[in-house]
Amino acid sequence: MSDYKVEVKNLDLFYGDFQALKKINFTAEANTVSAFIGPSGCGKSTLLRMLNRMNDLIDNVHFTGEVYVDGQDIFAKNIDVDELRKKVGMVFQKPNPFPKSIFENVAYGLRVNGVTDKHFIEKKVIDSIKKAALWDEVKDKLKKSAMELSGGQQQRLCIARALAVEPALILMDEPASALDPISTGKIEDLIFELKNQYTIIIVTHNMQQAGRVSDYTAFFYLGELVEWNKTKTIFTSPSDIRTQNYITGRFG
Amino acid sequence: MTGKQLKQALAFNFFRLISLMVVGILFVILGFIMLKGIRVINWEFLTTMPKDGMTGGGIYPAIIGTLCLIAGSISFAFPVGVLSAIYMHEYLKETFLKKLIRTMTNNLAGIPSIVFGLFGMSLFVNTLKFGDSILAGSLTLGLMVLPVIIRTTEEALKSVDDSLRIGSYALGATRLQTIRRVVLPVAFPNIITGLILSIGRVSGETAPILFTVAVYFLPKLPHGIFDQVMALPYHLYVLTTSGTNVTESRPMAYGTAFVLIMIVLMLNLLANLIRRIAGKKTKMN
Repeated sequence: MSDYKVEVKNLDLFYGDFQALKKINFTAEANTVSAFIGPSGCGKSTLLRMLNRMNDLIDNVHFTGEVYVDGQDIFAKNIDVDELRKKVGMVFQKPNPFPKSIFENVAYGLRVNGVTDKHFIEKKVIDSIKKAALWDEVKDKLKKSAMELSGGQQQRLCIARALAVEPALILMDEPASALDPISTGKIEDLIFELKNQYTIIIVTHNMQQAGRVSDYTAFFYLGELVEWNKTKTIFTSPSDIRTQNYITGRFG
Repeated sequence: MTGKQLKQALAFNFFRLISLMVVGILFVILGFIMLKGIRVINWEFLTTMPKDGMTGGGIYPAIIGTLCLIAGSISFAFPVGVLSAIYMHEYLKETFLKKLIRTMTNNLAGIPSIVFGLFGMSLFVNTLKFGDSILAGSLTLGLMVLPVIIRTTEEALKSVDDSLRIGSYALGATRLQTIRRVVLPVAFPNIITGLILSIGRVSGETAPILFTVAVYFLPKLPHGIFDQVMALPYHLYVLTTSGTNVTESRPMAYGTAFVLIMIVLMLNLLANLIRRIAGKKTKMN
């Protein structure tokens, strides 16, 4: 049993012949926010998608190494992938609410996981929307289509949707990159808020965002985890020249 | 006006003319059938058996027959077609097998309907011993429209954004749950389009029912799926070419055509209504 929420050991990953991740070792403690930064194609999203086995859906991926979530080897034979994905919530780059009502979007995760108790679902839905800081904006229109919300609201709805199934870990793949600055600010405040109860890993292209929301930052470059430390340390005194170049904007 | 603009104006007007012509021809046909047909339409025409060597009476059994064939063939082909399309698009990976199935489906769509008729006769009527019956006719018609349903359903599934599937998986939904709760509701309106096309084809085809179910003259209603029926398109053919008195039965033929068109039109409107309601429920912006 490990003390870490997430533990990645010696992970090598290939798309066909192309090596996308090289000997990655990484851990995240409970109730922290870790940011993955790095230029496009550096492997940060690939690593993120390993943590809830989304890469299973892509053909031609193979890897060696181990990944543990809550001390459990998530690639062990007896692991139920659907169970794992329930435990590891994910928020995507582009808001992807289902074309259903606001209420049903949040209830979806509960329903597909076999919850039928109406009162429980209702309580959980309201709770999750509140946690996602969306309640005041949607409380009068829960029956309306989620498609009528703005992009930022949709993204917070997607976060609420992920929270409803009580994940142990939340993965966010550039959750604010498709949003305007005000919506982005709201998402960042929310991440800060959620840290008290959840462990969060966020992929971002936005250096300031990583600085604002995360406790730890990992810098990826060409499939390598170059450097990984407290966010403050990374941004003030990086030990690798590549990290320094990247965060000061010299490339990437 | 510069040469470029002149060319553009000429081209546009040419396109406009052509499309007007197409629409015009359609209206001329419809108008012609209506004008000629509506004269014989009355309650008696719609609800009684033909009589006097098909120069009098009505086309009631043919209407019922066609409705039976539509219901029979669609209730066979629609579920089979939709399920195969779901299997192909949602489960089967892009392999040789899938490409083979798709090519075969496309080829199937190109086979002349009379060939389906012959095949249906040999398989359903003779080999499986269904005899000339609603069952044999419906299955033959169903086979004929199967490719249409499979193809439109596949297109409908293709148009569902993958991010929705991935979002659903990320919440711990299984593949089946994802299809049932997310993919199908979104694809449903477009799947209905396939249904509409199929209804149109099924109700209008004569060749596939020629040797499998349709009967020249049968002034009574079917009692079960092993009975033969009259059908509107075949009745139309009979009235126009081989009645006892072709000049006398000609107006009846126009009436029959009118009724056939109206049935297809009404079923299409109904399907469109379903599509509209379903589309509202899963509005995508």
